[in-house]
Amino acid sequence: MLIAVISGFIFALVIPLIMGWLKPKSTIWAAILPLSIFGFFLSKLPLILAGETLKISYQWVPSIGVNLDLYLDGLSYLFVLLISGIGTLVFIYTSAYLKGHHYLDRFYGYLSMFMASMLGLVLSDNIYTLFIFWELTSISSFFLIGFNNDNPDSRKSAITALAVTGIGGLFLMAAMVGLGQITDVYQISALAPLAESIQSNSLYGWVLFFLFIAAFTKSAQFPFHFWLPGAMKAPTPVSTYLHSATMVKAGIYLLARFTPILGNHEWWNSTLIIVGAITMTYAAIHSLFRLDLKGILAYSTISALGILVFLIGLGTEEALLAASVFILVHALYKATLFLVTGIIDHETGTRDIRQLGGLNKVMLPVGIAAMLAAISNAGIPPSFGFVGKDLIYDATLGMGDIAWLLTGLAIFTNVALLFAGFLAGIKPFVGKLPEKFEKLHLPSPAMYIPPLLLGVLGIVFGLAPGLIEGSIIKPTVQAITGATPDFHLKLWHGFNLILLLSAITIGSGTTLYFLLKPSEGLLAKVTRFEKISPQSIITNLANGFVGFSRNWTKFFQNGYLRFYLITILSFLCILLGYRFFTGVELYIDTAKLTEVSFYEAIVIIIMATAIFFTVFSKSRLTAVASLGVVGYSFCMIFLFYSAPDLAMTQFSIDTLTVILFVLVLYNLPRYLVLPDNNDKIRDGLLALVFGALISVLTLEVMNESVTKEISEYYAKNAYILGKGKNVVNVILVDFRGFDTIVEITVLTIAAIGVFGLLKLHLKSTEKE
Amino acid sequence: MKTIIFKTASVYLLPLLLLFSIFILLRGHYLPGGGFVGGLMASIAFVIHSFANGIEKTKNIMSIHPGFLMPVGLLLALASGALPLFFGESFMTGLWMENAVPVIGSVGTALFFDTGVYLVVIGVTLTIIFTISEGL
Repeated sequence: MLIAVISGFIFALVIPLIMGWLKPKSTIWAAILPLSIFGFFLSKLPLILAGETLKISYQWVPSIGVNLDLYLDGLSYLFVLLISGIGTLVFIYTSAYLKGHHYLDRFYGYLSMFMASMLGLVLSDNIYTLFIFWELTSISSFFLIGFNNDNPDSRKSAITALAVTGIGGLFLMAAMVGLGQITDVYQISALAPLAESIQSNSLYGWVLFFLFIAAFTKSAQFPFHFWLPGAMKAPTPVSTYLHSATMVKAGIYLLARFTPILGNHEWWNSTLIIVGAITMTYAAIHSLFRLDLKGILAYSTISALGILVFLIGLGTEEALLAASVFILVHALYKATLFLVTGIIDHETGTRDIRQLGGLNKVMLPVGIAAMLAAISNAGIPPSFGFVGKDLIYDATLGMGDIAWLLTGLAIFTNVALLFAGFLAGIKPFVGKLPEKFEKLHLPSPAMYIPPLLLGVLGIVFGLAPGLIEGSIIKPTVQAITGATPDFHLKLWHGFNLILLLSAITIGSGTTLYFLLKPSEGLLAKVTRFEKISPQSIITNLANGFVGFSRNWTKFFQNGYLRFYLITILSFLCILLGYRFFTGVELYIDTAKLTEVSFYEAIVIIIMATAIFFTVFSKSRLTAVASLGVVGYSFCMIFLFYSAPDLAMTQFSIDTLTVILFVLVLYNLPRYLVLPDNNDKIRDGLLALVFGALISVLTLEVMNESVTKEISEYYAKNAYILGKGKNVVNVILVDFRGFDTIVEITVLTIAAIGVFGLLKLHLKSTEKE
Repeated sequence: MKTIIFKTASVYLLPLLLLFSIFILLRGHYLPGGGFVGGLMASIAFVIHSFANGIEKTKNIMSIHPGFLMPVGLLLALASGALPLFFGESFMTGLWMENAVPVIGSVGTALFFDTGVYLVVIGVTLTIIFTISEGL
């Protein structure tokens, strides 16, 4: 199972090399990878049928609970089949869709990286690896959305998507850390029995909040939905794979996975129902007025995701069953519609719904695929969509007091979804064929077979729901609810209320399709409300934040060393001063002070004189040289107090500092703009205050009782453990050797920085 | 500053100071000294030489750009830290040869580590100083 997850990452590394060397004409063979993963998971079917689960664990960082635990149960089984199955079709489709594209190798690399992360996400059983794979899907989808990187729109959408889902990822981390804090258990499968103690914990609310933000950003729920329509700038195979079938369902997966752990709580249910309901109706309304095929599909996808969140929020067994079925239904028909849209776009060069029509005459198989998907989408019998929709109504009707409100919302959403499906799946293929499209012909089979296959599956599963009932749906529901489910999927339930509701949905949706013609005017009316849409509010927030940061940076990072010093020193002064005057009793213990010796007095006099020269000299070189004298005097003081190591180092450092200063100053302009009196007074005051505070601090330190444990340990063990008599050096190279490695690395980076800045600067001036 | 006395002196000072810096490096484990101070002294030796004779001449003597000393030193320090791993000890455990080597004294991973520090310090200091004095 680990190989199945990791192979995608390896493939992503290898494929640019393969493609670079072999330059193959066709790339259809790339689909072998997802196909074999699909086959591998199919071979696990007997296990799932028997109601068992598969668990594999690899130690990673066991001390903090980070392990590579993989866990295959019904829920993850549904997702891995979707990911690898649709993945296979998308890989095949891509080989024709992007045939001869310059960066096809990269595309496959990103795609398989994404597939691997997605597999890892749905299989991981450890809360930290779950987070890692979650972030990996965000990152790989960033590359996929921004694949056409010469298009500014595409780059912008990629960044928006990354920002939104990335923020969600951070919230996921917070939720997972919270869970770990409550339970100290890091295995997801081991959390379910602890559900009660988690839900009674005071952190529960926070965990829930963080988890919801993560799921809502990933699954494009209101008010975070806006990145998804933007992400449609990606090539169509990406939209198919990421934005309908798999990645956007990661949030749904997360919610379903945590239902037995966090669910069945008032907060859980009501939040999900409200957010899901808002999302599904809001996006449904939006999808009615779009003109771009992909835009229609994007909004109807958001709406469908809203339905899923809504169903998980209902939380009853019927609702979770409906959700499991609907995940599959939606993946099948929405992937088909996206693939078909890709073909239309590829062949006709437009996705404007008003210009398309009659394409059945030139590409019938594509039309059939689209029509099958539209039927399943509409929930017309005998499609699988019909089964799914029945279950949704069944779930909403069982909700007691608010049953009719919820059912009404569900019907409204389904009508709009049906409309959108007809618009995308039927409208382009019927009616009159525009003249300019008459010369079109059928694309390669690699492009139309995948949607056709998915479309047919949507009907086959409807006719024979028994095919997947025991193998996929039941284990999934069992994994979500934790109980052995008792139900039977059927196409025909007889004449009852639900059938009537279905008929109403289909009837009104079809009527709407014939009445409402998409046009510019309607779109304009909708876009007028964009000003108050979450997208523009969040964009404004982001812009405001950027502006604030800019001003903040301008104020503090103004590039003048003297201002930096002023800022740092005054801050320190305030901090120290505050501490001294509030918390500390100031006194000087004269008994602890030693007599001032003759040598010390001399050195102090030298220092004072040097400082006087530094401050009042008119020449920079004199000032620097005087500073050097101050430094050397310090070495003397170190020597007096028996710190020869320190003295030696200080001596060398001072020498080099003076040299550096001289080098830099030597090249500065000759004239010296002296600061005016105000500046002098300001700087002098600051220096006096800071110096005084530091002196007080030094005197105070002597009053504190010092624990000498550490220094005594070093002194004792330097020779025993480190075989050295020079304690300072043993600390540097042995006891704290790790620090030293980091320090010399930092030094190296600094040197490379100086080298790079000055040398590169030279080159650019040389060019001019 | 290219006086004849300084120039002549610098030619003799360079090897002397370098030897002294190595001496400081080696004695570091028992007496005041060590890689850091040693490296600084060696850099001062080169800087004095370059002041007297020009950077080009110093560079010729060094024959490689001082920047290359940085990765060499880092690798040496890392390798001496990683060496114990091959003996089943944890990272950066000190390993020592059983018998002392004449002149140098007892030799252990700490000495190689310190030599790494020594090289990095020379590389860093000289890279910065040479770059600034060339670039401005």
